Amino acid sequence: MAKYIIKRILFGVLTAFVVATLTFFIMNLVPGGPFLSEKAVTPQAQAAMEAKYGLDKPLFVQYLTYMGDILQGDMGMSLKKRGFTVNDIIRNKFPVSARLGGMAVLLSVLIGVPLGSIAAYNRGKVIDNIIIVFSTAGIAIPTFLSSTLMMYFLSVKLKLLPSLGLTTPASYIMPVLALSLYPASYISRLMRSSMLDVIGQDYMRTARAKGVSTFKSIFKHALRNAILPVVTYLGPLLAYLMTGSFIVEKIFTIPGLGHEFVSAIPSRDYPLIMGTTIFLACFIILMNVVVDIAYAFIDPRIKLK
Amino acid sequence: MDKKKNPLSLQLNVDDFVPATADEKESLVIMRESVGFWKDGLRRFKRNKIAMTAFTVVMIIVVLAFIVPAFYPYAYEEQVKGSERLGIMEYSAKEIQRMEAGESIFPHILGTDQNGRDYTIRVLVGARVSMTVGIVASLLILLIGSVYGAVAGYFGGKVDMVMMRIVDVLYTIPDVLIIILLAQVLKFPLQNLSNVPGFGWITALGPNMVSMFLVFALLYWVGMARIVRGQIMVLKQNEYVTAAKALGASNGRIIKRHLITNCIGTLIVTTTLQIPSSIFTESFLSFLGLGVQAPMPSLGSLASDALNGLQTYPEKLFAPAFMIFVIILSFNLLGDGLRDAFDPKMKK
Repeated sequence: MAKYIIKRILFGVLTAFVVATLTFFIMNLVPGGPFLSEKAVTPQAQAAMEAKYGLDKPLFVQYLTYMGDILQGDMGMSLKKRGFTVNDIIRNKFPVSARLGGMAVLLSVLIGVPLGSIAAYNRGKVIDNIIIVFSTAGIAIPTFLSSTLMMYFLSVKLKLLPSLGLTTPASYIMPVLALSLYPASYISRLMRSSMLDVIGQDYMRTARAKGVSTFKSIFKHALRNAILPVVTYLGPLLAYLMTGSFIVEKIFTIPGLGHEFVSAIPSRDYPLIMGTTIFLACFIILMNVVVDIAYAFIDPRIKLK
Repeated sequence: MDKKKNPLSLQLNVDDFVPATADEKESLVIMRESVGFWKDGLRRFKRNKIAMTAFTVVMIIVVLAFIVPAFYPYAYEEQVKGSERLGIMEYSAKEIQRMEAGESIFPHILGTDQNGRDYTIRVLVGARVSMTVGIVASLLILLIGSVYGAVAGYFGGKVDMVMMRIVDVLYTIPDVLIIILLAQVLKFPLQNLSNVPGFGWITALGPNMVSMFLVFALLYWVGMARIVRGQIMVLKQNEYVTAAKALGASNGRIIKRHLITNCIGTLIVTTTLQIPSSIFTESFLSFLGLGVQAPMPSLGSLASDALNGLQTYPEKLFAPAFMIFVIILSFNLLGDGLRDAFDPKMKK
């Protein structure tokens, strides 16, 4: 067990390193520097700026400096938001995105798991078909469509909910719903098929034969076993929610980290792009490692190699 | 001479060589043609009503997106002066005048955008862009993934170890972040490349679109490689592989002729299911303004542009939204149907 955990963590560190290296070199392949767009910059001033941020040194030296700084937790200064370090920006903006994402994870599990179980327990009946239709449609709607359509009907037409920002609790409703639509549908499909699998197992019949109540057989025997595939999906789900939050933050103008990332690309704010990419990537990698290890604890049948 | 046959005689009984009667022949007639892999799969596929409907819808969209624009009276980048921001089936004052003069003018079925471009054709061309990205990217993924997976699975051992560790690392990289970065970066070398003779087609497609193909192909082949590797590991145990080896077939030939052809069902299904997910990512990028370049429309960028006029022209959002929903849904259902028909083992 300890060996497996160490292996997973080392692998995560390796991936994070690869991502950081890739991002650094991809970034520097883009022609044109961050200061080119500014008007009336004399060559001297530009050289001075580049010297200040260390952009005049050879690429490999820049790479080593950057990696050294990152290991000490310093992601440098933003080039466009003068006076802010990338660390500051991440510290201020990430909690907003994380709160949205966390609520969406909870909501999609809370919707998806019961729906999938209900469908499996009523296999072939009307309610099963209804759930199948909705979950099949749900995975064909990209986040930007669910958010824009919701915005049109709930804010523009019915004027029920605020359309922009995150000022009141009510303004969380639409972004979280839009983010959860796809994962909730996906989880309910996953849950339905794994629940069908479990219901057919011998131990379910044994439980029924020895007189275990339906309630207890569902919660103690079926659900515990059927939920395992959902646990493995939580890793990819986080990655999905992050990309979804790029969209949702843009549409609902929420000041989160995704918004910063997307707007940093056209403005060539290298340190900010690097910082947000590496931070988000490490976050996802870390979560994947946690999910993998948690899975091994939850399911004793899994042999760890 | 009716002499009883000596039981020890080796002489054959003449009666055994009488030609068979029609009655006897009947038992040997092949009543049904033998059912091969394709026929069997097709039969199962045709029986699946949902999959057949999805297939029909995909075909209709292909015709609408690839053939209809060639005959459509408006072009997607054509700006009709004076008919900006028309609603559904509206005509501008100028066009009404011309119609009163006896000219016939093709109606703007979904209206026009703020530059006077016909919206119907923009949605159709947008669907074409999205589908092209989806299909071409999936084919590239098929190519890279199946070759890589086949080589890893066939050679096994250390080769497999190293190749699959690379896959593991790529698999855990958060794809969208790298896709966004790479798509931005690849634009520039592709723009330069498009000036080189022989690469003029890059300009025709747009450097953005080509960079999107490449980026998707570079990042998404890992899933395909894993699946193909698993299949090849099982298939290479078969006797016909040993036989081919004994007959002196080269490794390349065995992989190409014997192994890849035998997992064709999996390849088709995985590729089909890859198309909607590529379309998903493409529309996401275009929505953020990081996808194909204006004036070329994509369903994602059309939806994004429609947000500004949401109050007055909601249909500008509904049209691309509906299109993208139908495309993804029907490809998903088609892929599920193909999986049930050609690859029953993969059924979850």
